[in-house]
Amino acid sequence: MMVQGSNRWRRFAEWDERPLRLDKFAAEDAASGFSAFSSPSDPKPSVGIVEGQVSSLDGVPAADFDMIDLFIAKYHIDPAVAPEAMAIPSPQIARMLVDMNVPRAELVRLAHGMTPAKLAEVVAELSALEIAFAYSKMRARKTPGNQAHVTNAKDDPLQLAADAAVAVALGFDEIETTMRVSRNAWSNAVACCVGAAVGRWGVLFQCSSEEAEELRIGMAGFSSYAETVSVYGTERAFIDGDDTPWSKAFLAAAYASRGIKMRCTSGAGSELLMGFHESKSLLYLEARCLCLQRAMGVQGTQNGGIDGAPLTATMPGGFRELMAENLIAVWLDLECASGNDARPTESEIRVGAKILPYLIAGSDLICSGFGSILKYDNSFNPSLLNGEELEDYLVLQRDFEADGGLTPIAEEATLDLRRRATDAIAAVFEELDLASPSAAMLASVVVASGSDETESYRPGEVAVISEAIKARALSVIDVIRALAARGFREEAENLLQLVKLRVSGDYLQTSAVVRGGRVLSAINDPNDYQGPGTGYRVSEARRQELNAIRDVLDRETVLNQEAEVARRSARELSLKVMGPAEIGTDGAEVVVGVSPGFGVKLFRTVGGIPLAALMTEMVAGIEEGGGRARIVRMRHTADTSFLGLSAARLSGSGIGIGLQAKGTAVIHQADRLPHNNLELFSNSPITQLSHYRRLGYNAAQYAQGLAPEPVVVPTRGEAMGSRYHARVALIYAIETELTEDGAAPEEIMMSFGRVPA
Amino acid sequence: MREKLTIRDYPIAEKRPELLEAEGGKAIADLNLEAVESGAVTMEDLRITPLALGLQAEIARDAGRPTLADNFERAAELVEVPQDFIMEVYELLRPGRAASKAPLMDAARVLREVHGARRMAAFVEEAAEVYERRGLFRYRF
Repeated sequence: MMVQGSNRWRRFAEWDERPLRLDKFAAEDAASGFSAFSSPSDPKPSVGIVEGQVSSLDGVPAADFDMIDLFIAKYHIDPAVAPEAMAIPSPQIARMLVDMNVPRAELVRLAHGMTPAKLAEVVAELSALEIAFAYSKMRARKTPGNQAHVTNAKDDPLQLAADAAVAVALGFDEIETTMRVSRNAWSNAVACCVGAAVGRWGVLFQCSSEEAEELRIGMAGFSSYAETVSVYGTERAFIDGDDTPWSKAFLAAAYASRGIKMRCTSGAGSELLMGFHESKSLLYLEARCLCLQRAMGVQGTQNGGIDGAPLTATMPGGFRELMAENLIAVWLDLECASGNDARPTESEIRVGAKILPYLIAGSDLICSGFGSILKYDNSFNPSLLNGEELEDYLVLQRDFEADGGLTPIAEEATLDLRRRATDAIAAVFEELDLASPSAAMLASVVVASGSDETESYRPGEVAVISEAIKARALSVIDVIRALAARGFREEAENLLQLVKLRVSGDYLQTSAVVRGGRVLSAINDPNDYQGPGTGYRVSEARRQELNAIRDVLDRETVLNQEAEVARRSARELSLKVMGPAEIGTDGAEVVVGVSPGFGVKLFRTVGGIPLAALMTEMVAGIEEGGGRARIVRMRHTADTSFLGLSAARLSGSGIGIGLQAKGTAVIHQADRLPHNNLELFSNSPITQLSHYRRLGYNAAQYAQGLAPEPVVVPTRGEAMGSRYHARVALIYAIETELTEDGAAPEEIMMSFGRVPA
Repeated sequence: MREKLTIRDYPIAEKRPELLEAEGGKAIADLNLEAVESGAVTMEDLRITPLALGLQAEIARDAGRPTLADNFERAAELVEVPQDFIMEVYELLRPGRAASKAPLMDAARVLREVHGARRMAAFVEEAAEVYERRGLFRYRF
């Protein structure tokens, strides 16, 4: 029927209401910089080598090099490898990337001789699946890891400490903080490094702030890595970013000279956001950024859109491009903190799809900032995944038996950790005469999910603490002493262990994290993937950890719950066996054939309806329909269809009802095939008492040769949802265990005690 | 003459801790909580040394990462350079901070002559050449 005034299929109006439609999509337009993989302005790959020097790069002669070309030509391109690498056709190299028989080391060697345009051309040959596979093969460290954002909207140090401790418990290898108010950097740093020392040691910590300030915080020993050193793919964008390849490379050396782990940051879309894209594709510009980073001698990169990810996600192929640039990063032998931070979509389906290739391929740091806190507390802006969705991610790990770097946490233990962390930071503040948080403040933070729920510090109060830390030139040594003095010896030891890492500098090598008190990097844990059975595999012990999510049903729990119901219900329903069931002669008879466990071990349907009440209604319905009910217990089967058919064959009218204890019911007729019934209630979780009554009524009507309107239980698919399945399977197993081959049906006399309403 | 380290010597703190004490540093085992509490260990003892960076450079080179090794070697030269001067040079290297090559060349000279930072000095001089060629000595703010 046409609705007046409407000229639209209303499905579109419904689609308009979905979160997806809040995402906006951009047309491909290479001239305006909106092109993911290739643009007419992208150069053709080429290199010229004259007397061991690069004389031209991707079509640009040395005389015309901009500063990015100059840096790449001098520090990235290996003139000894370039002629060989550039001569191999791109499709052939693309096949090598997905060929498990071509060693990673050989591909890394060839990359040293490839120009940005060549690298981009090769990875553009690969499908999304091939990119994910190649990424898994090419990433530097074997064991995957993950990184968390720990921030809050008030810069509250108590909450930072508690949330850092939770992030540590969840298994993050790195945590990163930043501030709403930049003056609060020192307070944030102290709070996070104390929180991160609770439970175990080795989680690296970063305080993302202004370059000079960040280095000072690192020198004071509070932070252990940095990743805010951004690079760009065009000269104009680089200059607008207020740096050059030389200034950034200088900074890279400065960080290493202070024993601080560092990676650069680059990602698709940054040049476009800054207005200097030169009409080049995102991937080509990113290939330049990544060659530049290897040239600078940084160990790794935070890469994959990053702040530009939401813009990249508006373009055709955007997600595939983000994966492709990550592949170039690991192909260049850089540690890769592979984006998946800035939330690029409002659609939870796109979020899940975005993370999946990374989860199953693994990555040095799958998210370069998983929001371990709630979205509104994320001072970097919401991540792809945040505190709200953290358990979804834990379940994805379990579903795919893929190590996403996180481990489920137990509810009780988490509360203890949060208490310990807030007590520790309060002790440090008091011991160093920085502040004296009240017990009420601590208590509010311990249980709070986010800063909206805390009665704690405000940003202005934090600034006083932060500025005092800076002005008094406090260092991590002061914090360690304060912890030890106040009895937090384990935390003091943990923090000291972390600071000690800088003495050897072992964690400055590519892809270094700390696991179980040991530095693990691409050197002592190299990715050795060479096909099935090689590379990173989830061990049985790790698998058990991944499986240990909350609220997992097991057989014992379900059986105990049913036994408890049985104890309570035994008085309400009693079934007396009267002897073998005979074939009836009464033409108005409807035989109800119940399952073996009905009223013996099971006393309620999956939908929670007591069987006593169900039987009362069904018998009433049969009588209302003009029939007479006779109850028979089947012992040879628990299957609905056979219960129904067996009942029908015992029935004088040839009509029977099969009824399982879990609530599934069927009307059957003696001469029909087992699975060709008259009516079926298959959705027992949503079947209500009134439905059972009407089913009884209809059965009686069939018995009289009438054709009643079938009872339809309205469903929107809930009953088939996974919320019921495990329970149903475990309960049904109780029934099947009671079956006995060839056992004859028994006549049952049913009596009701107090029937619940 | 010590042989160059290889990936088999990594992690140094586990495999070759004795090398880290070579410059009069404390043994890693002595950097414990009791020593921190007594004041025997300070931030100074928890710094990386030029030697350690040199050793890491050897390992990085053996692992096929020559550019990372170069960075560690440049870093080794900066260990003893005061923080303020590092930040000063960094600031000069940012676009438009220097009005001409001269301040960068001066910084390079201090790096080389005062701090013995030969590689870093050459790097800064190279930047000065590039900045001149690409017109970066221009007013920005």
